Amino acid sequence: MATAAQRRIKSVSYAKYGYMFILPFFVVYFIFSFWPLIQTFILAFSENGTRTPALIGFDNFKTILAKPAANDFKAMGIHKSFWDGMKNTLIIWFGNFLPQIALSLLLAVWFTDLRVKMPGKGFFKVVMYMPNIITAASVAGLFLALFGDSSYSVINTLRGCAMTKEQLLAAGLDSAPEPWKIITTCWPSRCLVMFIQVWMWFGNTMIMLMSGIQGINESLFEAAEIDGANSTQTFWRITFPLLKTIMVYTLLTSMIGGLQMFDIPYMLHTGNVVNDYIKTVAVFIYEMFHSNFAKPSFGYSAAASVILFVITSILGALVFYVQRDKDAIEKKKKQKQAAKEWKRKQKGGGFSI
Amino acid sequence: MSKVTYASDKGGYQAHVMVKSIAIYVVLILLTLICLIPIWILVVNATRLHNDIIGNVSLIPSTHLFDNIKTLRTNSLYNKFFSPLLGMRNSLIVAGCCCALTVFFSGMTAYGLVVYDFKLKGPAFVFILAVMMVPTQVTAVGFMRMLIQMKLLDSYIPLIVPAIAAPAIVFFMRQYMLSSFPLDIIEAARIDGSNEFRTFLTISIPMMKPAFAVQAIFCFIQKWNDYYNQSIVLVSGKKKQLTMPMMVQKVIAIDRNADYGANYAAIFLSIVPVVLIYVVLSKFIIGGVAAGGVKE
Repeated sequence: MATAAQRRIKSVSYAKYGYMFILPFFVVYFIFSFWPLIQTFILAFSENGTRTPALIGFDNFKTILAKPAANDFKAMGIHKSFWDGMKNTLIIWFGNFLPQIALSLLLAVWFTDLRVKMPGKGFFKVVMYMPNIITAASVAGLFLALFGDSSYSVINTLRGCAMTKEQLLAAGLDSAPEPWKIITTCWPSRCLVMFIQVWMWFGNTMIMLMSGIQGINESLFEAAEIDGANSTQTFWRITFPLLKTIMVYTLLTSMIGGLQMFDIPYMLHTGNVVNDYIKTVAVFIYEMFHSNFAKPSFGYSAAASVILFVITSILGALVFYVQRDKDAIEKKKKQKQAAKEWKRKQKGGGFSI
Repeated sequence: MSKVTYASDKGGYQAHVMVKSIAIYVVLILLTLICLIPIWILVVNATRLHNDIIGNVSLIPSTHLFDNIKTLRTNSLYNKFFSPLLGMRNSLIVAGCCCALTVFFSGMTAYGLVVYDFKLKGPAFVFILAVMMVPTQVTAVGFMRMLIQMKLLDSYIPLIVPAIAAPAIVFFMRQYMLSSFPLDIIEAARIDGSNEFRTFLTISIPMMKPAFAVQAIFCFIQKWNDYYNQSIVLVSGKKKQLTMPMMVQKVIAIDRNADYGANYAAIFLSIVPVVLIYVVLSKFIIGGVAAGGVKE
């Protein structure tokens, strides 16, 4: 009866507040992230060596992706350094992901094992996550001081490379041993970067996997224990299959993160030149637009960015595909079907009259 | 009949668990050492003088931390770009402002997306999900170009203002609100005559404190550590603008006549604030990582 009042209440719409609350986010996002993204796409088709480049078409992609003429040294150099960057990124990512996931998984299983009582669990977790929060620049500096080429680095000091004449005499040596040049040799430097990446990230991956394992129904583990399964069986038959989704998620996000690997490879050197063996794609992009500030190579840098963007988009789409809520999709499908059924019945009913 | 009696079976089981626990502890202690030794060497060497450091390796701290910091401030090799106080101040400004803006506006955006019904709600959320994965490296070139055009290089504005739009944090806050924010309370506030912004400021924010706290810690640490964006924006590297990571990068790049004590001290100073925050708030932080990881 009181329809007028009801109608009036219903007509109070709060929708405009919704827009007001999300407006700042979108305004700032469009100015500082979306517009730069569009600019990147435009720059990918523009010339190099100037701050105000004009459009030139697909040349940058051609230089980077297809092999340029052998006598075009500049293009050749850029082509090569992009592909070297890709190669290094892939090698370093692979070499850090495999040990990292194995170690994290092992630790996560141990930490969540109900049978093993473990005092001090919190302490271990805190310590293992700690490297992740330390400034990457400082980590690079720290490992340079530990494993650097100089004879004063910790590892070379331990080997006696920095011995004084008197010390050498006392030790009965003619000359100090040659310092190890870990930072400027190919595989040792790559392995060091891999090690640093594992060192920084295994705690993070471990905690993520742990929360995944804790999400598994506990009664499954109890049932397995009552049935006499040992830890290995429990792991391969229960934990691993049920963790698959979160593992794939970890894999894909780690790949996306790996493609962006920048801080450690860029800063792990003394002097001004980044070591070629650990130069990643992200370092290539950065150097192209940043190192020669008066005449930046925006075009090459942007073209490489676009390639990176395409790869990450594919990986990102896969993440969504893996993460999609299967039950919810199923439910929606059923709802739709039910609605169709109902409509058909309505129609059928209409005809029968 | 079975040969094994219950008693011996139980004993075997316990012995097995015992052996396993010891093995696990050995590995854990080893990993702990791997995690801590580099940091410990850093702390120790930050307190030793150059000549001691190059003489031998030690695990016992000395007393020269302030001498090394003095070297940083007086040696012309270092003091042309390194100043501990200035670096701390600048990093604090950048990280602090970013942290405040990110948390406040992400909370506000998430609130808008959860509490209200409007036509573009769905598309807006899908957009935020989609852009969550766009890497900074991809937009960096365009960002640089835009900064040149807008004459915003060497200013803190492009470091601080973009913090308003943090898609991943909006996503996290939205999940948090959906799971543990009672919407009835907003209705109650409306009936009591509170306007929408006041409801958000005085009722919702206090209720979302736990989520705000976790995100604030993470955001602060992340921005304190961020070298990439800072090196793009602060391109001329004026000393009075440099942040801690940028100063450290310049210190570690010194290839000749480096004073190792000063090098270690510089790195030490740059990590002290984050490590302190971490040690005090580690419970929150680890809980936050775990909560971010659960996606079921």
